[in-house]
Amino acid sequence: MQISQGMRLVEAKAYVAGKLGVAVKDLTDPIIMTEVRTDLKLGTLHAGARSAKGIEAKHNIANLLDIEINCVRNFRKNTSR
Amino acid sequence: MTKILTRYGDGSAVELTETELMEDLIAGTEDAADRGNIPVMTQDDMDHLADIFKCTHRVVGVDPGYECVLSYDGAPIKMLRTNVTSDRILAMQIYEKLLGADTLEMGFVDYSFKPIKPILTFEEPLMEQALLMTTAPIMYGAQPNLGRYSQPDGPFPNPAELMPMGKIKEAQESYELAVDAAVKDMVDVASSMYESGVDCILLDTVGAAGDADALAGLMTAEILRKKYPDIGIEMGMAGEFVLGMHGSLEYDGVRLAGLYNHQMLELAQKAGVNIFGTVMNTSTTESTPWNLARAVTYAKACTDIAKIPIHANIGMGVGGVTVHDHTPIDVTSRASKALVELCNLDGL
Repeated sequence: MQISQGMRLVEAKAYVAGKLGVAVKDLTDPIIMTEVRTDLKLGTLHAGARSAKGIEAKHNIANLLDIEINCVRNFRKNTSR
Repeated sequence: MTKILTRYGDGSAVELTETELMEDLIAGTEDAADRGNIPVMTQDDMDHLADIFKCTHRVVGVDPGYECVLSYDGAPIKMLRTNVTSDRILAMQIYEKLLGADTLEMGFVDYSFKPIKPILTFEEPLMEQALLMTTAPIMYGAQPNLGRYSQPDGPFPNPAELMPMGKIKEAQESYELAVDAAVKDMVDVASSMYESGVDCILLDTVGAAGDADALAGLMTAEILRKKYPDIGIEMGMAGEFVLGMHGSLEYDGVRLAGLYNHQMLELAQKAGVNIFGTVMNTSTTESTPWNLARAVTYAKACTDIAKIPIHANIGMGVGGVTVHDHTPIDVTSRASKALVELCNLDGL
């Protein structure tokens, strides 16, 4: 959110927490966030087989946060006719 | 009386009494306030900073709620420099998956925009592969490095040779030609990397060659913002104020020579920068409390007025941290905690 929107930290945390449906304090809880990120297919630190990772996770992040991600836009352009 | 264990700016250990600690905190904040014409720390902030130094724990961390994001400077290059043989994609995967990095950065080993331009055809596909394999936002970082544009390394007469000969006007003209050439190179490189999908361009160490270098950074940001409205741009400064090597250059009607970071921040915001990296230099002969009080004072002058995120530069020789390749964790953790908690920083 800082890079794409120039949002300051407090505002960015509130925005992301709202979109994820968690409390702001949960954003830095690795136990809660692993579950949330797995459920929403946003990628995790220890991404196992068949889990969303790399550009797959970024595709889902762009949709969930309602932002444009530059490389996801390129990926969509290159995977459509 | 309890002794406070800390270090000088060169890293050597020192013991301070509580009285000496408070004296150094006051002297540090007053030095920054005097130089930058900014407010000194409040008594509450000074007391909080004193508590951070009085804490006897080897490593300290921020209070819950103050967690911030980290951006990096030449991340894959640091791996190579420390003799870890890895290509840049592997380095980024290590940063993301093993070190838990919030953001990633890909820079060329030279870390200047000028030498990247001829090898863009190699940089672009590497960036595209990295973007497919990683999830964290990737920055592409390099420096304006105007030194690359003067003879013998570049096309224009060397201002550092012209000035001692009294050829001031010729030196200024050389700087102006270098700005034009550097802006063109930076815009070309940044455009290529953006079109390959990068999330953010990191204009790093801006102002290293003085006001002409700073002007090149600002002009590049302005052009990129107009060309690509949603591009991410981080501007990291080289020092706590802009050296007036040219002396008369202006951006948006403001003379750049001598500007402190809170003044550069305002110009960076106008130019379209998304994240501003503020720098506070460390004095090797003063204590860490002195250096950190000074750093907090400078950083707060930025965060108090910022409309965009502020990431303070913290590392060897900046942000209150000692001038040493292997920075002591007692200092880096205290500097991080103090700057984040007292200045409401958005990142480091």
